[in-house]
Amino acid sequence: MGKITLNQVRKSFGEVDVIPGIDLTINEGEFVVFVGPSGCGKSTLLRLIAGLEDTSGGIIQIDGMDATDLPPAKRRLAMVFQSYALYPHMSVRKNIAFPLKMAGMDAAEQDKRVNHAAKILNLGAYLDRRPGQLSGGQRQRVAIGRAIVREPAAFLFDEPLSNLDAALRVSMRQEISELHQTLKTTMIYVTHDQVEAMTMADKIVVLNAGRIEQVGSPMDLYRSPANLFVAGFIGSPKMNLIDGAEAAKHDATTIGIRPEHITIGGDGPWEGVVGLSEHLGSDTFLKVNAGALGTLTVRASGEVMMHHGDTIRMAPQPGKILRFGADGNALA
Amino acid sequence: MATAHSRTAARLMLSPAVILLLLWMIVPLGMTLYFSFLRYNLLMPGMETFVGFENYYYFVNQPAFWSALSNTLILVLGVLCITVVGGILLALLLDQPFWGQGIVRVLVIAPFFVMPTVSALVWKNMFMNPVNGMFAHMAKSLGLQPFDFLSHAPLASIILIVAWQWLPFATLILLTALQSLDREQQEAAEMDGAGWLPRFVYLTVPHLTRSITVVILIQTIFLLSVFAEILVTTNGGPGTASTNLTYLVYAQSLLNYDVGGGSAGGIIAVILANIVAIFLMRMIGKNLEA
Ligand SMILES: Nc1ncnc2c1ncn2[C@@H]1O[C@H](COP(=O)(O)OP(=O)(O)O)[C@@H](O)[C@H]1O
Ligand SMILES: [Mg+2]
Repeated sequence: MGKITLNQVRKSFGEVDVIPGIDLTINEGEFVVFVGPSGCGKSTLLRLIAGLEDTSGGIIQIDGMDATDLPPAKRRLAMVFQSYALYPHMSVRKNIAFPLKMAGMDAAEQDKRVNHAAKILNLGAYLDRRPGQLSGGQRQRVAIGRAIVREPAAFLFDEPLSNLDAALRVSMRQEISELHQTLKTTMIYVTHDQVEAMTMADKIVVLNAGRIEQVGSPMDLYRSPANLFVAGFIGSPKMNLIDGAEAAKHDATTIGIRPEHITIGGDGPWEGVVGLSEHLGSDTFLKVNAGALGTLTVRASGEVMMHHGDTIRMAPQPGKILRFGADGNALA
Repeated sequence: MATAHSRTAARLMLSPAVILLLLWMIVPLGMTLYFSFLRYNLLMPGMETFVGFENYYYFVNQPAFWSALSNTLILVLGVLCITVVGGILLALLLDQPFWGQGIVRVLVIAPFFVMPTVSALVWKNMFMNPVNGMFAHMAKSLGLQPFDFLSHAPLASIILIVAWQWLPFATLILLTALQSLDREQQEAAEMDGAGWLPRFVYLTVPHLTRSITVVILIQTIFLLSVFAEILVTTNGGPGTASTNLTYLVYAQSLLNYDVGGGSAGGIIAVILANIVAIFLMRMIGKNLEA
């Protein structure tokens, strides 16, 4: 239960091809994250899967059955919206019970499921409040509660954490991951934040302008991005991309090296002047002006005492240089 | 307005407007109250004498009073029912995307711009007239007897005319409320398996309650004092079948030249309006709180 297959799924709004054609398989029980810059069509893709938008072409299968023309209610999918979309005139209990009530479930079973969900999500104390009386994190939990009582084939999340503050985001992230461990239901999660993608996903789908750039596990994407877009998008701080003579030495148009794969000191081949340095305590990020190589970001672990204007030597760690061709795709 | 000083200044600057408004209200009210205790007949000017509650006694004990009271309430309730239900339906219709939406919306609002006397006359002469009216023509073309609306169902006809005038107001307010309905909530409900009707009952109606309350409160204020429509169509008749309290006050003071009795009726109308207002606020006022 919970396998979703997209076959050449397309979507255009009038003249605009928002999604020109996507093939994707989401396996049962997987936590899949759609990640990409704002406006790349993540929400649209999710809404196509949910049935809230009609496809312009292609086939959506859920558990092997053609669901392309099924109404949203018949797809057995539950969605958590960015705005939470709670029903403001109902108590938390009624909100969570709403899908069960619509399904005509008897009151005792409704109560049982609502209480169970409330226990999982720590909502017990708030069941009789209105959504307006809850904090952002609590509302988010109610929205999740409303989704889990239905025991859907898959959960769809559309940027569920983007309205929360940074600390709450981290803890909700963990809660959602734990929920996935407990329920083992397929989850599709949309975000523009690559950190969320990296920390939560079993499988990341990187989208750009309605196209899939790469599909893979977080570490796959980190180690071997398929192209410059993925290389630049995954990882924080961003990968250093160098072209010109230094790239030509490696038989490539562009080479990429991550900040954490550059070693400072010794007699490394690259030389540069420290510009900005950001001390985070555990790490230090240096912006090094390396002449023809451009500005490199270098990560040094621990408390490195390096200051503006210092000249340093750097060496890329062996085997960590990624090579890209003229078309932007990775070279083997 | 944080400091005591700025608060005093604010009060001072507001006071001319407040005092003007107060005078505007208190002077006519005070004079009406004063007249209501006088024997004041327009045919015998300068003969005013103080008579205590006599005017009230005679006003309430005339046979027309109770029918006027019930006509007033029936008129208000009837128009409210038609405009709220019709307004919701029209607003739902206008909220759908369709070709020519802008024009249709303007046309729907149009009745509100027509003066009450004019619209009542149009209804009386062009629609409801048993000889030349549109409805009579329609009835005749179907082989039926034309129905004389204003003689045989005077109050219902007036309710229809007034409702036609107020429907745009209700529609407009309810339409703006509908447009502020959260789209994601609707979609969430759709995914939760709620069809059109449950979505309407559980999401749309609760969302509209505040606007419905506003419509009811504002319309009630104006509907308690409907006058022009009655004057130009039925003159309160036949008999007193379409006389409401406002019209009775008019008849008393200007047709019977009894200003004292009319004033007493006016004061009774004010008291009635206040009772209705208290009643309404008790019933639905909590909808206005955030
Ligand atoms: N209903 C719509 N009508 C027209 N264009 C739309 C509609 N919904 C989305 N789009 C366009 O589709 C593109 C992708 O939108 P969206 O899927 O919301 O992006 P994302 O969620 O990745 O930020 C955007 O350029 C947006 O303007
Ligand atoms: Mg989006």
